[in-house]
Amino acid sequence: MPVTQNMNQLEPTVLAKSDADEVPAISVQGLVKTFGHGSNQITALDDVSIDIQQNEFFTLLGPSGCGKTTLLRLIAGFELPDSGTVLLHGEGIEHLPPHMRPVNTVFQSYALFPHISVADNIGFGLRMLGWNKAKIANVVEKMLDMVRLSDLANRQPDQLSGGQQQRVALARALAPAPRVLLLDEPLAALDLKLRKEMQIELKRLQDQTGITFVFVTHDQEEALTMSDRIAVMSAGRVLQVGQPKEIYDAPEHRFVADFIGDINVLPGQVKHRQNGKLVVVIAGGSEVHLPDDGIQSDSLFVAVRPEKATLAKSGTGVLSGVVNNIVFFGSGTNIHVSLSDGVDFVVQTQGSETGLSLGDGVSVNFADSAAKILRN
Amino acid sequence: MASTDQDISLSASETLAHARRVDAQRKTRARWILLSPALILIGLFGLMPLSITLVYSFLKPGSFGGVEWVFSLDAYIQFIAQRDIFDDTLSINWSYLSIFSRSIGLSLGATIGALILGFPTAYFIASKPADQRNFWLFLITLPFWTNLLIRTYAMLLIIRDQGVINTGLMSLGITEAPIEILYTDTAVFIGLIYSYLPFMVLPLYASLEKLDLRLIEAAYDLYASRFRVLTNVILPLAKPGIVAGCILVFIPGLGAYITPELLGGGKKLMIGNLIAIQFGSSRNWPFGSAAALILMAVVMVALLLYVRHSAKEGHSHG
Repeated sequence: MPVTQNMNQLEPTVLAKSDADEVPAISVQGLVKTFGHGSNQITALDDVSIDIQQNEFFTLLGPSGCGKTTLLRLIAGFELPDSGTVLLHGEGIEHLPPHMRPVNTVFQSYALFPHISVADNIGFGLRMLGWNKAKIANVVEKMLDMVRLSDLANRQPDQLSGGQQQRVALARALAPAPRVLLLDEPLAALDLKLRKEMQIELKRLQDQTGITFVFVTHDQEEALTMSDRIAVMSAGRVLQVGQPKEIYDAPEHRFVADFIGDINVLPGQVKHRQNGKLVVVIAGGSEVHLPDDGIQSDSLFVAVRPEKATLAKSGTGVLSGVVNNIVFFGSGTNIHVSLSDGVDFVVQTQGSETGLSLGDGVSVNFADSAAKILRN
Repeated sequence: MASTDQDISLSASETLAHARRVDAQRKTRARWILLSPALILIGLFGLMPLSITLVYSFLKPGSFGGVEWVFSLDAYIQFIAQRDIFDDTLSINWSYLSIFSRSIGLSLGATIGALILGFPTAYFIASKPADQRNFWLFLITLPFWTNLLIRTYAMLLIIRDQGVINTGLMSLGITEAPIEILYTDTAVFIGLIYSYLPFMVLPLYASLEKLDLRLIEAAYDLYASRFRVLTNVILPLAKPGIVAGCILVFIPGLGAYITPELLGGGKKLMIGNLIAIQFGSSRNWPFGSAAALILMAVVMVALLLYVRHSAKEGHSHG
């Protein structure tokens, strides 16, 4: 078991940066996983390939049923792929059972062992690895300190709050210093305030330990806040992989654009293509000039983020319409404009004073660079 | 103004307290009325016979059954010692003690056997999809549809020298002569396991069914092999079911009557048969009563020791 021996080192710095640039921490290639038989067969993963770099905070983002948890379970070893490979630091592990993989999981339900103390929960993995008691006690103490639960070492899990249980689950999974930590919607059960705290806590732990985190969530805001890179998944496929900013600013796919943040999607027709530029006619006959990314189809969708658009006096902008709703949300106001073809277009403004009232005729303006072409 | 307010609120709180008191009284009365049928039943058919047994155990046996109303400790002395007919000296009598220890040994063995057989069965049922579990549980309870006496006679037919097992083994040429099972401790042992296995499976199932499968995954993820998942997670969490199952097999096994009577052939006595004989052919009711009470005392002491042990364990955890 060459793989299982290396993980006993606790010092996070052993993962040298130079090494990180060469071999991905996790590389899945052509993973296919189906459940059920015959007409009940469901394809959970449909030819998924992803490289996750070392020391990276990598997020699998998508709605429930998109296959993100299945992918995590394939990496952990709870499921076996129908085809495809899982490489951990370049070594194939898809044939190994979970207890032979130097990868640990933080479960959505925490799954703390109810019959043993907090300290024993954290030391569980090390006991199974056959460490001696003194070394285990040492690491457990460090872990308790790291998640700030030193006072509660001798409590039973059911005597802890949800947030504390979550931190124990984290410490338990980090104690054996796994090569990769898998987190399956670990914050979903926490209330909003606690969730925000834990997001920061998780980020801190990842920096501190230098362990690669693979984080599964359906919460796009959480994904944008925490991740180094995000893979957006839908229906068993990976649609786009990129840094949060890329995913947000340049969604390639209509699903990605819709799923991440608010966005206005307008149907458009290509009028002509020239010099690497597309001239697209959108609602109301307005033209936008967009870079030609080689899209074949003539009918496409153009997306504009609400905060990239501005309102102007009627008759002076790209699009025109009528204000049909004004929604104040604290740091700003969303103004819903009903366009001439009936499509709703949202413009986000700062502050609460807009000087507009329902039924006002307005124009919507945005720069060509704010508009993105989406694939359907 | 302020004082009136206080008066009003005072009297209001008094009224409230009174209302609460009346309500509490009504609830207490209702509770006793609901409990009374069970209490009457326990008193009439549980405590009274037990008291009679207790009183009888301190009397002298009547010549033709029944008792003579003369106080005596003979019944208890007889259990452990015999009186020399000529000089009245006491020496230890092993015959009853050996019956007693055989009972404990056989019952303990049957409990362990039932646990070993019952655990995988219960785990199998608990791991089935929820809609199929009832079917398997139904199969477990199926033996109860037939009287234990009849099932024990059926076992007799299977394990006797000309029975299914021996004729089968001989026709296959595995053995030359029939293996003697019937009327041995082995027969009683097998019979006890068979009779009480469902009482082991059902509580085991109840605790395994509640087991969170994600805990097994978590242990498996944290480098525990399958065997260590069993010993470190599944068994500790199934402990309440294991304890309940063991109690439900051990105690009735200890007092078993039909199984040793039929399969032990009256040669291999268990304490249940000893007691029955005292009230029947031996006509020594005080001795039968004493034996029954000694059996009960041993069981109670064992249970109390367990409860104290587990309470201490629970305390050290908390």
